[in-house]
Amino acid sequence: MRGKIKPALPERSEDPRVTVSLTVNGEPVARTVSVRMLLSDFLRHELGLTGTHVGCEHGVCGCCTVHIDGKAARSCLTLAVQASGSEVRTIESVAAGDGALHPVQQAFKECHALQCGYCTSGMVMNVLSRFEEPGALDLSDDGIRDMLSGNLCRCTGYSNIVTAVRRAAELLGRTE
Amino acid sequence: MKPPLFDYKAPTTIAEAVAMLAADPDAAVLAGGQSLLPAMNFRVANPSALVDIQHVQGLNGISIDKGEIAVKAMVRHRELELDVAVQRANPLIAETLQHVAHVPIRNRGTVVGSLCHADPSAEMPLLFVLLGGTLAACGPAGTRTIAAEDFFTAFLTTARAHDEIVTEARLPVLPEGAGWAFDEVTRRHGDYALVGVGCVVALAADGTVETIRLAACGIADRPVRLKASEAALQGTQLAAADLDKAVALSASAVTTPDDMNTSAAFRRRALGALIRRLVAKAAARAKPKEQP
Amino acid sequence: MSTRYFGQRVERNIDPKLLRGEGAYVDDIPLTNALHAAFLRSPVARGKIKRIDVSAARAYPGVAAVYTYADIGPLDRPMPLLIPHPSMKNPKTQRPLARGEVFYVGQTIAMVVAVDRYVAEDAAALIELEIEPFAVEMDMEKAIADDAPLVHADVANNVAAAFVQTSGDPDGAFARAEHVTRITVQVDRSTAAPMECRAVAARWDEISGELTVWDGTQAPISVRGGLASIFELDEDKVRVIAPDVGGGFGQKVLLFYPDELLVPMAAMQLGRPVKYIEDRRENFLGSSQERTQIHTIELAAMKTGEVIGLRDSFLHDTGAFIPYGIAVAQVASTSIAGPYRIPNIWVEFKAVYTPTVQVTPYRGCGRPQACFALERAMDQLAEELGIDRFEIRRRNFIGEKEFPYERAGLLFADGLKVTLDSGQYAKALSLAAAQLDMADFAGEQEKLRADGKYLGLGLACYVEGTGLGPYEGGHIRVHPITGKVYVNTGLSTQGQGHDTVFAQIVADQLGVSPQDVIVVEGDTKAFDWGVATFASRAAVVSGNAIHKTAVTVRGKILQAAANMLEADIDDIELRDSAAWVKGSNRHASLAAIATASNPLRYAFNEAAQAATQFAPASKHDGPPLAEGQAPGIEATDYYSPSQSTWAYGVHAAIVEVDPALCTVKIRKYVCIHDCGNMINPTIVEGQVMGGIAQGIGGALYERLDYMPDGTLSNASLMDFLVPYATEIPPVSVLHLETPSPLNPLGVKGVGEAGCIAVGAVVASGVEDALRPLGDIKLRHVPLTPRMLSDALESVGI
Repeated sequence: MRGKIKPALPERSEDPRVTVSLTVNGEPVARTVSVRMLLSDFLRHELGLTGTHVGCEHGVCGCCTVHIDGKAARSCLTLAVQASGSEVRTIESVAAGDGALHPVQQAFKECHALQCGYCTSGMVMNVLSRFEEPGALDLSDDGIRDMLSGNLCRCTGYSNIVTAVRRAAELLGRTE
Repeated sequence: MKPPLFDYKAPTTIAEAVAMLAADPDAAVLAGGQSLLPAMNFRVANPSALVDIQHVQGLNGISIDKGEIAVKAMVRHRELELDVAVQRANPLIAETLQHVAHVPIRNRGTVVGSLCHADPSAEMPLLFVLLGGTLAACGPAGTRTIAAEDFFTAFLTTARAHDEIVTEARLPVLPEGAGWAFDEVTRRHGDYALVGVGCVVALAADGTVETIRLAACGIADRPVRLKASEAALQGTQLAAADLDKAVALSASAVTTPDDMNTSAAFRRRALGALIRRLVAKAAARAKPKEQP
Repeated sequence: MSTRYFGQRVERNIDPKLLRGEGAYVDDIPLTNALHAAFLRSPVARGKIKRIDVSAARAYPGVAAVYTYADIGPLDRPMPLLIPHPSMKNPKTQRPLARGEVFYVGQTIAMVVAVDRYVAEDAAALIELEIEPFAVEMDMEKAIADDAPLVHADVANNVAAAFVQTSGDPDGAFARAEHVTRITVQVDRSTAAPMECRAVAARWDEISGELTVWDGTQAPISVRGGLASIFELDEDKVRVIAPDVGGGFGQKVLLFYPDELLVPMAAMQLGRPVKYIEDRRENFLGSSQERTQIHTIELAAMKTGEVIGLRDSFLHDTGAFIPYGIAVAQVASTSIAGPYRIPNIWVEFKAVYTPTVQVTPYRGCGRPQACFALERAMDQLAEELGIDRFEIRRRNFIGEKEFPYERAGLLFADGLKVTLDSGQYAKALSLAAAQLDMADFAGEQEKLRADGKYLGLGLACYVEGTGLGPYEGGHIRVHPITGKVYVNTGLSTQGQGHDTVFAQIVADQLGVSPQDVIVVEGDTKAFDWGVATFASRAAVVSGNAIHKTAVTVRGKILQAAANMLEADIDDIELRDSAAWVKGSNRHASLAAIATASNPLRYAFNEAAQAATQFAPASKHDGPPLAEGQAPGIEATDYYSPSQSTWAYGVHAAIVEVDPALCTVKIRKYVCIHDCGNMINPTIVEGQVMGGIAQGIGGALYERLDYMPDGTLSNASLMDFLVPYATEIPPVSVLHLETPSPLNPLGVKGVGEAGCIAVGAVVASGVEDALRPLGDIKLRHVPLTPRMLSDALESVGI
C-alpha cells in the first residue's frame, strides 16, 4: 500500500536443503533445494520446465509422467533428491530443436487427441516410453487402451488418443 | 498436497541403514516410494526420517537358485515382471504383476516394498502367501528368515521389526507340472483388488488333485490362504460338488466389512466365482504326472 | 470465394504449443517473488467454532500472513448470490472464511500465505481449532422431515427453494389416462474432476493501481466485474486473465470461490504476488459438485403408448449453500419431457440443503438427471404395456412438422419459455437402431449365457437446450503489418478449440487460412464485454457474434479494395489473404489494405509502401478519414439470442454383465446426435466423446461417498473413480445436421451433449441383460458392485 511501511516478509523456507545433481533432457543440473521437494516441483519451479503438469500428487492421474533412467515414472511420487544421479527426461525434450513435432506429437495433432492439453504431456511421455521399450507393441484396441490406462484424460474420452497411438506407430514404421 | 518435513538419509550399507532405523523409531524406509509418497503427500504418513535404501550395496538383482527366485529389496516390479528367466521359472509371477497398478508405478515400486506395505487388497502380498515364500530381514541382531504365513499380522502390519530392513524376498519356482492362475475383480483397470484370487495346482496322472494352494486378497485385513477350500479339493477330481463345497467353505474367510460400494455378500459372491474359474484355469494348465 | 472452412475438419491451431509442453496454465506463469496460499479447512460437517488460535501458524518460519474471518475486513460477508429467483426464500451463500460456524467438511476457515506451499501446509496444520459438532442429516429424504437437524437454523426443513411448474392440464391428463406408470429414481453426486484443479494468482501494482488476476476460470469477465465491485476498484483497473485452462466442465464458472477473493486481497495487502494452486484433495473438498437428485416420476398414457401427461416431483441436493440459485434444478425440470410431445406436465422440485460442498452446474447441469428419470420411466411404461422400447418412443416423438414446439409454463434457465425449435427425432432413432446391427443379438446372448455372461440392450433419448443469452461479442482487426486477423470474444476456453473454430468462421468471410486467424480470448484487457463459457453456448453465441463481425469486416475490406484497385466492388473476391479483381492478377494484400485504411501511416514497411501504390483506400472528397469512418479494418458486433436452440440425440449400447463378479462391460456404444450445422466435426466429436466418457463415469464409477457424519470418504482419484481408457469402449458417433432456424450460422451447442443419456442407457442395458434372471429394476446410478449383488440376491441369485 502506498504510504504505508512495507511489511517485512520472509523470502525463503527454512527447510534443510540438499544438493540434487542429475541430468535433465541431456543437460547436467545441480541445484540446492529443500530436502522434501518433489521432483515434479523441482522440474517445474526450480528448472522452469513447466511442461510437466501436476494433477493429483498421489500417482493416479499420470499428468506428471516423465522418464527416469529411460522409464516412465510419476514425478509427483519421487523426491527430487531420489532422482539425484539419474537421467530425467521431460516433454520439453520430445520435439526437435527447431520445434518440429515428434511423430507421437504429430499423431496426436492429426487425430485431435488433446483438448485442454493438461494430461497431454504425461500421455505423450507414457506412450513414448512404451514405444521405446523393447518388445512387441499390442496395437489392438484393447492393447492400446491397456497402454494408456494409468493416464487420466477428462476431455477426450480417449478414443482419439487410441487412434493417435495407432497413427504414431504407423509414422514410426512400427506394425507391432 | 506436499509432504511434511523429514530428515533425509542415504545409507550405502545395510548396517548403516539398520543403525539409522534403530536410532529413530519414527523413521521409515524409502525404496520405490510408490506407497509411501502418496501417504506423505496426503500427510497421513509423517515419518521423522526417510532412510533411502536405493544406494545401499547388495540390494539389487534377481537370481534363481535351488528352486527359489530371490528378489533383492530394490528390484522394481517391472524388472521382475519382464525377467525372462523368472517368467519361465514361475509364470504366475508375471501374470500377477500385470495387475499391479500401472506400468509407471511398476517402474519405480519395489516387490519387497509392496510386501512390507502389506495392503490387504494388493496383489504381491497375495502372491507371497499363495506361493509360500520367505523374506530375509536384517536387523541389529543379525538376519532372520520370516515365512509368508507368519509375515502379515494385521491390517497394514507385518512381522518386520521397526529396525529391520527386508533385504530380499524369495519365491518358490512353480513346481514341475503345476498349473497356475490369478485374477481379480476391480472397478477400474489397475485398481487395488476388490477380490483377488490365486491358485497353484498339481494333478496326479488320473487328474486327481495332488496339491492345491488357494489364496485371496481383498477379503480380510491381510491376504488369506483358503485352507479349508484347499482341503475340500485335495484328492478330488474337481467335480462340481467338490467346487461347491470349496466355495461354501470360503465364505467365512470374508471378514472385510460392508462399505458404500461393496458388501461382504458381494465379496463372497465374487470370491466363489473366482475360485471356480481359477481352479479350472489352473487345472487346465497343469500337466498331470506321468504314470511311473 | 476461397475455400470454405466451415464444416471442415481443420486441425487445431493451439496444438503444437500444447504438445510441446509450452502451454501456460496458471501455475506455469512465472511470478517473481510470489507467496503461496494454503487453507485450513473444516474437518467437521456442521458445528460451532469454539476456538481458533493461529499464533503458532503465524510464528512458523516462512509464513507471511495468516487470515481468519477477523482479518479480512469488508470481505467478511456472504459471497454473492449469482442468480436470484423468487423460489428461494432466504438463500444462503458462504463467507470466504467461516465465521462462527462451519457448514461442510472442507469449508475454508483460515488462509495461510507463506514462501511456498510446503511451508503453508505446515503452518495450516499448526492452527489450533476446536469445533463443537452439530448433528447432521446427509440423506435428503430425511433432511426435509420436520425433526431433521437443520443446516441453516432459519431455513425450515432444509428447503432452500421450492418450485412448481405446470404446462397444459396435467390433472386432466391423468384423469383420462388408460395407464399410469410410476417409478422413483436416483442419481448420485459426482464432480467435474478436471485434470487441472482450480488456480488463482494475483499481482497488485501499487504504482498504477492495477490488479492483475490469473484465474483458471470459465468466466473471466464476470470475475473481473465482481472483483472490481467487491474491492471498489474501477473496472479498467482490474484485469482478469484465464490463460490455458486444464478443463472446466462447469466447475470453474462459479464466482466466487473464497480463494478468488482472498488471493487478490492478500496480494494487495502484502505487496507481493500471491498464488493459490488448489490440490486434488481440495478440489474434492471445496470445489463445486453436482448430480444428486431423487425423482418420483409418473407417466399418464393411453394403451397405445401415447404419453399424454407427466408428473415429476424431485429433491435436488444443493449442498450447504446455493450461490448459483436453482439453475441445475431448473434445467432438469424444463428438460423433463425430453423429445416427446407430452403436452401436459406438472413438475415440482425442492432444493434441499445438506452439509456438503455446494452444488453448481457440472456438465449436463441437471439434464442427465431428468433424462434418467424420463427414460427409465419410458422403459417401464413400455414393459407394462408390452410395447417395444424403440416403438414407444417413436410414437411419442415430436414430429418434424410440429416445430417450433412450445411448452408453455416451463421457463428455461434463461427465463424464457421452453420452445423446441427443430430436429429429426425419429430419424435419429432409426439411425441408432441401424447402427446397432442387432441381427445376431439373440445368438450372441445365448453364446455368452453359456459362459455365465448376460448381454443386454440399452436405449435413451435426450434433448439439450443450448446457446442461451444474454449475449456475446466479437471484435476483429486485420493487422496492418502482417495481414493476420486478430479476433477477440468474451469467453475463455478450457479445451474446446475456440482458437480454431472461431478462426474457421472468420476465415470463410475474409479469404484467409484459419492459421492466419489469431483468436485471443480469456483476457479482459483484450475484450471485456460478455458473460462466460458454459451451458453449451460458445459456438452459438460467440460464434454468431464473430460471424456478424466478420461479415462487417468483409464489407470494409471489399470497399477499401474496390477503391484501391479501382474496380467495382462486385468484381472483388477475397482469397489467400488478399483481395483480387476477378479474372485478373491485380490484387492487394490484406496487410496493404489494412495499412492503407489508416491514412496516417508512414511508409515504414513493405505493406505501407505497397499501399502508396494504390488509389486511396477511402475514395471521396474531403478529409482522409471521412465522418463516421474509423481507421483500419476493424469491427465489433454482438449476438443476443432470442431463445435457446435445442439439440438432441439418441444413445444406445450393448452391455455385458457378469452376475458372478457383478461387473458391467459396455461392448458397443452408439451415439446419434444433432447439434445443427457443425463448424468443425472433429471438434464436435471430441466434445461428444468426452461427454460420453463422463457419462460412463456417472453410470458405473463416479460417486462422492459422504459418510453419515458428513466426511467425504473418497476425496482422492484413488477412490473417486474417474475412468481410464480401459473403462471406455469404442463409440460410434453419427451426426445429423438439422440447422437451427434461430441463428445465422444454423448451429446449436454440443458441449454437454455426450453425458446426458449415458446413465439411462447403461441402466436400461443392464436391466435388459439381467431380465432372464428375474425382475430386477435398476433405477440408481452409478451402479456399484454392491447394488448389482443386492439386486441379484433379491431375486434369489
